[in-house]
Amino acid sequence: MNMIQGLENNTLAENSEGNQYLTFLLAGEEYGVDILRVQEIKGWDHVTMIPNTPDYIKGVINLRGTIVPIIDLRERFSLETIPYGITTVVIVLRVNSDNGSRIMGIVVDAVSEVYNISDDSMKQAPDFGQAISTDFVMGLGTVDDKMIIVLDIDHLLNSSVLKKISDQGDINS
Amino acid sequence: MSIDISQFLDTFYEESFEGLDTMETELLGLNPGEADVESINTIFRAAHSIKGGSGTFGLMNVADFTHVLETLLDEMRDGRRDVTQLAVDLMLASVDVLREMLTALRSSEEVDVVRVTEIHDQLETLLKGDAPSVEDVAVETPVKASPSIVGWNVSFKPLSHLFKTGNDPVRIIKELSELGSIKANVDLSAVPEFDLLDPEECCLSWQIELSGGATEEQVRDVFAWVDEDCELIIDAITSETILEPETLKVVPVPDARDEAVPLEPETPVITPVAETKPVKVVAKKSVAVAAKNPHAAESGSIRVGIDKIDALINMVGELVITQSMLNQLGEDFTMDKVQRLQEGLDELEQHTRELQENVMQIRMLPISFSFNRFPRLVHDLSSKLNKKIELKMSGENTELDKTVMEKIGDPLVHLVRNSLDHGIELPEERVEKGKPETGVLHLNAYHQGGNIVIEINDDGAGLNIDRIREKAIEKGIIGENDSLSDEKVHELIFAPGFSTAEVVSDVSGRGVGMDVVKRNIRDLGGIVEVKSKKDVGSTFTIRLPLTLAILDGQLVRLGDETYIIPLVSIIESLQIKAGNVNSIAGGAELYKLREEYLPIIRLHDVFEITPVNTELINGLLVVVEGDGKQAGIFVDDLLGQQQVVIKSLETNYRKVDGVSGATILGDGTVALILDVAGLVALSRERVKILRNQAAVA
Repeated sequence: MNMIQGLENNTLAENSEGNQYLTFLLAGEEYGVDILRVQEIKGWDHVTMIPNTPDYIKGVINLRGTIVPIIDLRERFSLETIPYGITTVVIVLRVNSDNGSRIMGIVVDAVSEVYNISDDSMKQAPDFGQAISTDFVMGLGTVDDKMIIVLDIDHLLNSSVLKKISDQGDINS
Repeated sequence: MSIDISQFLDTFYEESFEGLDTMETELLGLNPGEADVESINTIFRAAHSIKGGSGTFGLMNVADFTHVLETLLDEMRDGRRDVTQLAVDLMLASVDVLREMLTALRSSEEVDVVRVTEIHDQLETLLKGDAPSVEDVAVETPVKASPSIVGWNVSFKPLSHLFKTGNDPVRIIKELSELGSIKANVDLSAVPEFDLLDPEECCLSWQIELSGGATEEQVRDVFAWVDEDCELIIDAITSETILEPETLKVVPVPDARDEAVPLEPETPVITPVAETKPVKVVAKKSVAVAAKNPHAAESGSIRVGIDKIDALINMVGELVITQSMLNQLGEDFTMDKVQRLQEGLDELEQHTRELQENVMQIRMLPISFSFNRFPRLVHDLSSKLNKKIELKMSGENTELDKTVMEKIGDPLVHLVRNSLDHGIELPEERVEKGKPETGVLHLNAYHQGGNIVIEINDDGAGLNIDRIREKAIEKGIIGENDSLSDEKVHELIFAPGFSTAEVVSDVSGRGVGMDVVKRNIRDLGGIVEVKSKKDVGSTFTIRLPLTLAILDGQLVRLGDETYIIPLVSIIESLQIKAGNVNSIAGGAELYKLREEYLPIIRLHDVFEITPVNTELINGLLVVVEGDGKQAGIFVDDLLGQQQVVIKSLETNYRKVDGVSGATILGDGTVALILDVAGLVALSRERVKILRNQAAVA
């Protein structure tokens, strides 16, 4: 009896301890996104280009009848681009914005693991002072001595942010 | 057992709004003085169902309001009251108030009590003041001061089948008790022995004494539902101790019904000034209502004829048969069955297309839904503007998509108001010009190709070219020395911030109108044009696609990408002859097509994609028209034509310039649909930028 209760407590504790994150690799670093936001993971396939958009917007795909934009995260973070290979995947995410939720896909080098990361162990990200603004990072989690950068996808993939960045890009170039 | 009636609430609202529309239409058709009994009956019935429904759902303020209106109508119906212009106007205002009340209640907003009370009081005043006969006045007027009738004796003897009609005497008596205090005696004499008692028969009858200031109307009304299922005697209980009826007749009662000037001290006196007041209120409010309506209508339902549903079911049946046939064929397929497979697929295609057409049909509504609000608008505005205007409508049965209809409503209202306000002249002015005193506004709708065309035609003053020019120069829209053709000048009225009305009236003239009209129509994939001749009149023509969901597209290839150009905007496609291409300084290229020079839009430049070929001779030119301007789009190849289902890019991304949406092709890939008008604008911007860069260099 006591044991069962103990077990239950244990599982409960585990559940309340943290959220599950899907992690993926991008230029040697491991990033995480809330797994509840992940709609599906699919291989890289042909996309239809959208004119006059920033380079990191690769285009749109047909996901069971809806048109979903695809964003290359390497280009988004101004990292060196590599040719897409067999491990390259598209993670389709649900992004919440002011006017409802959107479905978007991100291109990453490879998917990695699913981890439990407790809110307590999540650390505030220091100011990187570079491509990845700390605005887009929810926090830094640690699993088995590895650092996982947990992304705030709502902020990262919000269309208004996309637009702003594209304007900045124009100015820079 | 209790039923959750809230599930019927939406139906009630919808039916009530329909009822109000009916009332409005009939009221507008009423001729003061010689009212058609049938129309009054129709209005009465509509009011009665709204009252009944609102009572059932506990919307007492609506029920009370409608009750007064109904009383008025009842007197008209029985010929006890003349139909005056004032009464009609007041009833129209009441319809507005009811609509506002219902709209507010539906979206759980506050009802504008002040306004409701205002109209309610006016109705009451009309009821009392403009009373049908002296006796009634004697009864009604002194109610507050010295009631001659202190109550009613009601003998209510239901027939035995009362319960079977779904009526409950207890409810009726309860309702009666709301009119005043009641004393009821039950007559049990008709009740049979217990073993003979049939529980479904009503054997009771009542003697009810009602005291209080209720009118006979009110009392009778309580029994309205059981009118034919009971014996009902209502006697007045008069108080002999109080004033004699004769003395009451001294109260000055105006005979002038048409002017309706009740002189009772406690009611507000209606002066001729007040007579125009309700109209003003109406006009102002109806704008607000019109603005709010789309919000409420967004998630509305459609009524579909049974025949349309039946046709669908038939078609689905055929589809299922074809599908099972194909299934069977696929189970043990051999090459010699290819012929039959082909036939099956053809059949499938045909059925799918029919099904698609029929489903689209369901969304189609006759444009009269949109036109119906105009008689009222014209009626209100013409009296407000002191103009005489006759409204003609034709092609009301032309069908178009519900979504398009909802979105075209406001632009249409704006154009009509504009024609009334600026177009049609005052009667004196018209007579001076040798035109009939009454101006004619003609609304027409018809199908043309895949489009619906709506025309708004007036025989008014026409557009004043000189004034438009002056204004446009003043506003900096055109330069002082620009020479423009008349058509171009006419188009200027659609420019942002343009309004030539000398006085900003609350009918139109804030200058935010026409450009919004144009933008709204363009958002629907349509265009608006104006043709005008001085002192003959103006015609606004709106062309809209029948539906927003599907379009006929021309597939074109550009590099590795496939794009779709809406077939409606394509004029022709041609092989480029090198000799006809002219370049002008600054990067723009023109193509000489017959006697016209068309700007060439190199799609790969505008869209910044790597082209497979940049040589014009190797490609094709698709001549398109967007926004009234022609241009040639340079593409690599023409593929096929097909119907495509429009998917929004904005759902998951955002609006992209030059692209109106996307679609999914047969192979599952996405193709973008070009927005021709946007593309023309985009390419013009590009040329401008190029020119500036050249200038800087």
